[in-house]
Amino acid sequence: MTLLSIRDLTVHHGLLRAVDGLSLDLERGEVLAIIGANGAGKSTLLRALAGLDSPTSGTVHLADRDITRHPAHRRVSAGIALVPEGRRLFRSLTVEENLLTGTYRRRPGPWSLERIYELFPWMTERRRQNAAQLSGGEQQAVAIGRALLSNPDLLLVDELSLGLAPVIVRRIYEALPEIVAAGTTALIVEQDVSQAMRVADRVHCLLEGRSVLAGRPAELTSEQVEHAYFGIGD
Amino acid sequence: MQWINALVQGLLLGGLYALFATGLSLMFGVMRIVNLAHGDLAVVASFLALALVGGTGLPLWVVIVVTVPLFALLGYLTQRVLLQGSLSSGPMATLLVTFGLSIVLQNVLLEIFSADTRTLDSGSFATSSFHLGPITVGWLPLVTFLLAGAVLAGIGVFLSRTGLGRMLRASSDDRETASLVGADSRHVYGVATAIAFATVALAGLMFAVRSSFDPATGPSRLIFAFEAVVIGGLGSLWGTLLGGIVLGVTQSIGSQIDPAMTLLAGHLVFLAVLAFRPQGLLAGRTA
Amino acid sequence: MTLSHLLSERAAAAVDVRRAARTSKVSGGVLLALVVLLAALPYVVFSDVTDTLVNFFVLVALAGMWNLLAGFGGLVSVGQQAFIGIGAYSVIALADLGVQPYLAVPLAALTCVVFAVPTSWLAFRLRGDYFAVGTWVIAEVYRLLVVRIDALGGASGKGLSGLSGLDPALRGALTYWVALTLTLATVGGCYLLLRGRVGLSLMAVRDEETAASAAGIDVTRAKRIVYLVSAAGCGAAGGVITVSSLSVNPDAIFNVQWSAYMIFIVVIGGIGFIEGPLIGAVVFFALQQLLADFGSWYLVILGVVGIAAARWLPGGLWGLVRDRTGLSLFPVGYHVRTGDVR
Repeated sequence: MTLLSIRDLTVHHGLLRAVDGLSLDLERGEVLAIIGANGAGKSTLLRALAGLDSPTSGTVHLADRDITRHPAHRRVSAGIALVPEGRRLFRSLTVEENLLTGTYRRRPGPWSLERIYELFPWMTERRRQNAAQLSGGEQQAVAIGRALLSNPDLLLVDELSLGLAPVIVRRIYEALPEIVAAGTTALIVEQDVSQAMRVADRVHCLLEGRSVLAGRPAELTSEQVEHAYFGIGD
Repeated sequence: MQWINALVQGLLLGGLYALFATGLSLMFGVMRIVNLAHGDLAVVASFLALALVGGTGLPLWVVIVVTVPLFALLGYLTQRVLLQGSLSSGPMATLLVTFGLSIVLQNVLLEIFSADTRTLDSGSFATSSFHLGPITVGWLPLVTFLLAGAVLAGIGVFLSRTGLGRMLRASSDDRETASLVGADSRHVYGVATAIAFATVALAGLMFAVRSSFDPATGPSRLIFAFEAVVIGGLGSLWGTLLGGIVLGVTQSIGSQIDPAMTLLAGHLVFLAVLAFRPQGLLAGRTA
Repeated sequence: MTLSHLLSERAAAAVDVRRAARTSKVSGGVLLALVVLLAALPYVVFSDVTDTLVNFFVLVALAGMWNLLAGFGGLVSVGQQAFIGIGAYSVIALADLGVQPYLAVPLAALTCVVFAVPTSWLAFRLRGDYFAVGTWVIAEVYRLLVVRIDALGGASGKGLSGLSGLDPALRGALTYWVALTLTLATVGGCYLLLRGRVGLSLMAVRDEETAASAAGIDVTRAKRIVYLVSAAGCGAAGGVITVSSLSVNPDAIFNVQWSAYMIFIVVIGGIGFIEGPLIGAVVFFALQQLLADFGSWYLVILGVVGIAAARWLPGGLWGLVRDRTGLSLFPVGYHVRTGDVR
């Protein structure tokens, strides 16, 4: 069953056509990874899906509902949550307060504060700390927890591994199966290709705003991916 | 002994300053708007109370109960109709809009009520006092101080314990990310402005009972609020309380030295803070 | 005739628009003719006309200085009345010391620069919007300090000495010329300043402050120069107000109303254009004359017009004219293309 359906989506970033006529579908319960080089339009795509950047043309449907023109806060109610690039925790709020902001829209679903603390047990002890005092990896986990607390059908994660040590990244990705098992579909943007191939059911490779390669990780050769990533060949 | 007396009077006055300054601090913290009509709004509340008490003979507490929610509503509408649109045009536009509002309010008051200096007569309560050892404490200053403290504590609880309050603080940190967890910034801004207007109205009513006012009083009141906010530290509720008290005490002690020094003493402390501790006494970003 | 000599020199500087690539010689010629006509006015019309024009010139000069500060320097001040007051009181004090009051006007500008240096140290600690109210507090402090000086008349103000011997007609004409010179000097000064290095720095800062400072532009220095020039201009304007009214009152001269006037003239005329304050002052002045019978309602209308302009007409009237016609009398500021700057 299709959860997210993107048709001919074009998003401009200033004069640049950052996303160029992109179409893709996402099934419920799936983990889709978007890979691509810097400036391929990955983050712009996620920002457009979350409602931060408005598309020039094309449509976005979430569970058959047209949300192309919805502002960001209405998409949260509709069931989309974005973990933004750079985590962007609220600096003057504590860890727990940051998490609780996710409950603002009171969307019903499996995720509660207790469940987040089960997913990331270290948070319980540090919940009264200021979010700015956490390490990068801890901030990333809080940002994911915050997004989950809005009980999204679709979780968007932008550049999860950016600036984090590989061991930390791996530990955060270990939570992904549990997240998906709870009924959340995930669309992740990942610069680390091998990481993406490990966790995703399907990958799309973006080049200059267009999808140049798509498929299941097992069916793609590393040469194919490399060519698509750097835009060699064809 | 009169120095301790001055200290106590200043402290009580400072609580009112803090209540009055909270709205300015809140609007700046959440929206980065410096509301130049802040003082004039307080004066509008004073005149409204004057008209209601004089025109209908209602007791003051009823006037407060009517005026404060009315101002909250007015604040929400002002934000949505007047300020929201100018926010996108940059800080200069909002500053000019609020400055224009200030001029409009002052001169409308001038046309309706003339330039005469007024006081709001609240009966014997305004002048009655009790003795605490050698110090005389007026009931009115004490009640205004306690009320101001209670309102500030209430706002503090709202900001830290409720979802909407948290969202106000979150929006103040990062508006875009707040929208990612579902905050409609227009609504959040409207609520912040509503709280600001409500506290301004309450402070204006208390000013009206405590001291005389005329249509041109607003700007000097705005300066008090501004000084309290900067002395205490931008964006901190408790900093604003401290700033208000420092300002109140300074003015009170200044007037003890020389009545003409009242305002100047406050300004000079403000400038000293600006020169030596520009982040304010309590630097923080909680509200 | 030294005065008119000086005048024509300043006038020449002000209308030397031929250097501008896209300004036609025609508009330069029209401006020159206008200046000559204005300079000759005391010989042709009655003194009430020139007296009214003195007020007009003062407003143009003040608005020009505010525009320089806010529109080009990005420093939105609500406290320029500090320098109007200091300038006015300087003229009073210098006249008491025996300086010819008209000569005291340029000296008042210098005094203001001296005061503006330490003032800027304090005020520049406040960023953005808080700068506005901070400068206002500083203006209040100056007022409260001035009223404590008995030699300056305290709270009731003081009369200007040194002009009583002059024939009223001559005095009126001289005041008129001084006011005209002030206006031409402020307009010309802005133009020259903004076409030079400072203007270039400011434009870079306005586009992207961080990048500008990374590129080696001393942002604070450029802003400070603008602040000092603006203080000087406002001080000279305060001096002109004093030689025109022959007395000074602390509450009136340090009144925030001056800031209101400056801001509305600039916002209505078009912020960030040298032409803005000129056209804004004409509109403001017309409104003032038209609505004179309506008391403070005219300020209410002014406030509403100002709000509407800030909200819906960010470029002001001149922005509108320029968008329609592409006309530019003083090509500096926003509208300078990179080709012009070189």
